[in-house]
Amino acid sequence: MSSTTSLPPVVPGTPDAPRLPRRSFLRYSGAGLAVGGLLLAGCDDDNDDITPSGTIDVGSGDNGVLNYAYALEQLEAAFYAKVKEGAYYKNLSAGLEKQVFDDLAIHEQIHADFFKTVLAGKAIKALEPDFSSINFNDRNSVLGAAKSFEDLGVAAYNGAGRYIQTEAYLLIAGKIVSVEARHAALIRDLINYNTFVASDVVDLFTPTSGTSAPGVGTGTGKEKSMKPTDVVNMANKFLKDGSKISASNIK
Amino acid sequence: MDFFKLISDIERVDPEIYDRLDSRRRVFKHFGLAGKTLTAAMLPNLVSGVFQRAYGQGTLNADIKAVLNLALSLEYLEFYYYDSGLKATGLIPAADRPAFEIIRNDESGHIKVLREALGGDAIPDPGRATFDYSGGKGSGDGPFAKAFTDYALYLGVSQAFVDTGVRAYKGGATKLMSNKDILEAALNIHSVEARHSSHVRTVRRGVAANAAATSVPGDLANLNKQPKSWISGTDNGGPSPSTTPSTAAVYGPGVPATGGPTELFFPADSNTTQAGIDLLTNTAGATAASASEAFDEALDAATVKSIARNFVDAKSTLFI
Repeated sequence: MSSTTSLPPVVPGTPDAPRLPRRSFLRYSGAGLAVGGLLLAGCDDDNDDITPSGTIDVGSGDNGVLNYAYALEQLEAAFYAKVKEGAYYKNLSAGLEKQVFDDLAIHEQIHADFFKTVLAGKAIKALEPDFSSINFNDRNSVLGAAKSFEDLGVAAYNGAGRYIQTEAYLLIAGKIVSVEARHAALIRDLINYNTFVASDVVDLFTPTSGTSAPGVGTGTGKEKSMKPTDVVNMANKFLKDGSKISASNIK
Repeated sequence: MDFFKLISDIERVDPEIYDRLDSRRRVFKHFGLAGKTLTAAMLPNLVSGVFQRAYGQGTLNADIKAVLNLALSLEYLEFYYYDSGLKATGLIPAADRPAFEIIRNDESGHIKVLREALGGDAIPDPGRATFDYSGGKGSGDGPFAKAFTDYALYLGVSQAFVDTGVRAYKGGATKLMSNKDILEAALNIHSVEARHSSHVRTVRRGVAANAAATSVPGDLANLNKQPKSWISGTDNGGPSPSTTPSTAAVYGPGVPATGGPTELFFPADSNTTQAGIDLLTNTAGATAASASEAFDEALDAATVKSIARNFVDAKSTLFI
């Protein structure tokens, strides 16, 4: 309840008016309810234990964001490890697709191991994935799932940046998210050429006319970032009971 | 006027009011009120300050303006490059035109977003004539003079521009942390630039191998012409390492190039140590190539400007 003590005393009238105790003023002004709401809102930050039952809370503050990223990277690393065991990958001859899945598997493992080491004793446990909805023998199923994971990763990092408090960690997140975006774009191009950017992930910009000056049109050309709670809802579909996560304390 | 009720009422209409104010409990600190007496006489200024901070454009600090205006300058550089490519008859094959239209339009959208964020502080549109895409600083006879007639060269310069942009946004992000909405907007532009880079690299592989773009793997022995869709090491200096200007600076170190685990520094893209952790020993099977590919590196503003300045008329003050 540090908010209570940091709230400045409130005094009615002119600066010269005699000061009343704050509680008296609240009664006097009828603003008690509103202030109460403000104080309660301030208290939310201190309640770190409220999570949906049975989920793993990634935590709050920078450790929360790092654990959130660690959870998503674990999921991606586990997915690509599984891809490499499936018939689709095993039947690939040397070429782009084989190189892509070799690279993505090691990139995501490097990301996951990195977060585990950075977090050290504060890291969440190793998560158990549930990939039962994915057919690892089928190219379309594997590419479709890869697209979902990579696009989700990009939207997740973009949406979590605002919660990072340490400059060095924001820089690290930036170094990773652009690699995820590179992955996502190539996977999408493999599924359907020239869909590296499309309306499901980017708020496309449409110029007013073919000869419009720059900046004249509708839309923004921005990626559609996602809030942690929305990302978690999607990620949990690929995590077993007991490994599902909660990010409700990232705020 | 009841300040607390007002905030409460705003919250009903805009649940993100506290996010706009950066942090719920620091709402008072923003206005220098912590520990001070709030008086009715202060309310009008306080309330207008709340709105200006939460929704206005008048409170950007100098660092944020500098980052956004450098980003805006780069977006103009890119917009006119892609727009000129699309206007150059016979340059871009029909199958690739949709991609470059998307990229050009994305840059136009980014220009709109950055201008809106900057308001009256936005630099004016420098116009097409300010740029010299030959790399000749206005002479028109730099090493990339044939960029609008030679598709492979056009793609190589595209890659250099977009990778410079990705590194620039990454380097500027930490300076935006005091304004969460602007930070998120910049991040949402940054990842789209990275998607562009990935695609341009994919197209380059196809052109280099004269084959369908999505059938050609990256060639670690020929990264200049056949790069992966991600940056491997320093990509051997990028598309044109031996010219003046060279694309090597796009993948090289910034300033400072070294620093401690929690410091901000800008190593070359071949870096394999992150937050003091040696990625080569931290993950079984990691190599210098894969560890460098897994993390893109940022660039500082001065290094970004020194790269971009090669592509504007020497008489212009853009990127100075």
